[in-house]
Amino acid sequence: MSKIKPSQGAPYARIMGVGGYRPTRVVPNEVILEKIDSSDEWIRSRSGIATRHWASDEETVAAMSIEASGKAIADAGISAEQIGAVVVSTVSHFKQTPAIATEIADKLGTAKAAAFDISAGCAGFGYGLTLAKGMVVEGSAEYVLVIGVERLSDLTDLEDRATAFLFGDGAGAVVVGPSQEPHIGPTVWGSEGDKSETIKQTVPWDEFRVGDVSKLPLDSKGDIKFPAITQEGQAVFRWAVFEMAKVAQQALDAAGISPDDLDVFIPHQANMRIIDSMVKTLKLPEHVTVARDIETTGNTSAASIPLAMERLLATGKAKSGDTALVIGFGAGLVYAATVVTLP
Amino acid sequence: MAATQEEIVAGLAEIVNEIAGIPVEDVQLDKSFTDDLDVDSLSMVEVVVAAEERFDVKIPDDDVKNLKTVGDATTYILEHQA
Repeated sequence: MSKIKPSQGAPYARIMGVGGYRPTRVVPNEVILEKIDSSDEWIRSRSGIATRHWASDEETVAAMSIEASGKAIADAGISAEQIGAVVVSTVSHFKQTPAIATEIADKLGTAKAAAFDISAGCAGFGYGLTLAKGMVVEGSAEYVLVIGVERLSDLTDLEDRATAFLFGDGAGAVVVGPSQEPHIGPTVWGSEGDKSETIKQTVPWDEFRVGDVSKLPLDSKGDIKFPAITQEGQAVFRWAVFEMAKVAQQALDAAGISPDDLDVFIPHQANMRIIDSMVKTLKLPEHVTVARDIETTGNTSAASIPLAMERLLATGKAKSGDTALVIGFGAGLVYAATVVTLP
Repeated sequence: MAATQEEIVAGLAEIVNEIAGIPVEDVQLDKSFTDDLDVDSLSMVEVVVAAEERFDVKIPDDDVKNLKTVGDATTYILEHQA
């Protein structure tokens, strides 16, 4: 039997740079209220959201990703040619073939980097980060670009008062590269497919070609509704707060980090109430900075953690070298939590 | 040992006080969580989880929507506690 030469990776991996892109258009709750019977006060008290960004026709999944990635690459101090792989997590890019990652890799000027998309909902950033760490340590790529990007405004039912206000658009990206010290902890991740109905797309795409439109949902004008993301609010809240707090604690334990050692907590920006309850359930000490980017960004699914990370660093609320707990959770249901050193 | 109705109401009052800041004496059997006690649908989940731990009872999501008043919750816990 011939001996196969193994690949040579780095001892460890770290996040080297982060970048974000928020669409130009800021949408206040007043705009949401044009289509639903609710109030600014109700929306703020149930979600903590005051404004969100919605993308224009020009702010495509690819365009937003390229903007965010350019910043992350510059922040990492490397060039695009050094990137060996591009991982894109999204649920709102509507052309499935080819993967949007390939166009992004090309337009960024990578040297034929491996490129692919993943689907892991609001846990997509953590899933991508885990893959990237594996690639760097295993040696299949020296630098990996991980992008979380969504245009959830395209998947929002503006007549559903439970979700119309919730979602936003944007892109966040990080560069993961080699390190002599561990700066990304063990990932605690998993899936609970028995709860797949709690967050889902209202109608599968193939329902639209069957010919029988009687099963498709209609809007108030009687027109067929484009699919949207819907959720069972109370069930999601219970799972997110109480089950995910356990997962977050497991990630801290796995990394050997006590709450006292923690500087920053960056949960997926699902809902301010979930964030506040998680902080309470986890009994995080006062000194821990908590990301609350949702107030002005809404829920941007896979993009929310890198966007919140970038804003904390840009506003000086967190600094390079800080120890941060990140946790993503969402449709699947899926989740991923880990402890990282901020770039 | 199973809690009595009086103990359950007192326990729920403490839970509602902690979560919604409502005075314990306001939490009475006939009070609606939403209309009288400022407990919205998400706070209700927190109340339910705290009640589950305190009274050793499981309250599935499907049953939560039927618990409109403190009396509803008290009866549910009385009937389902381990």
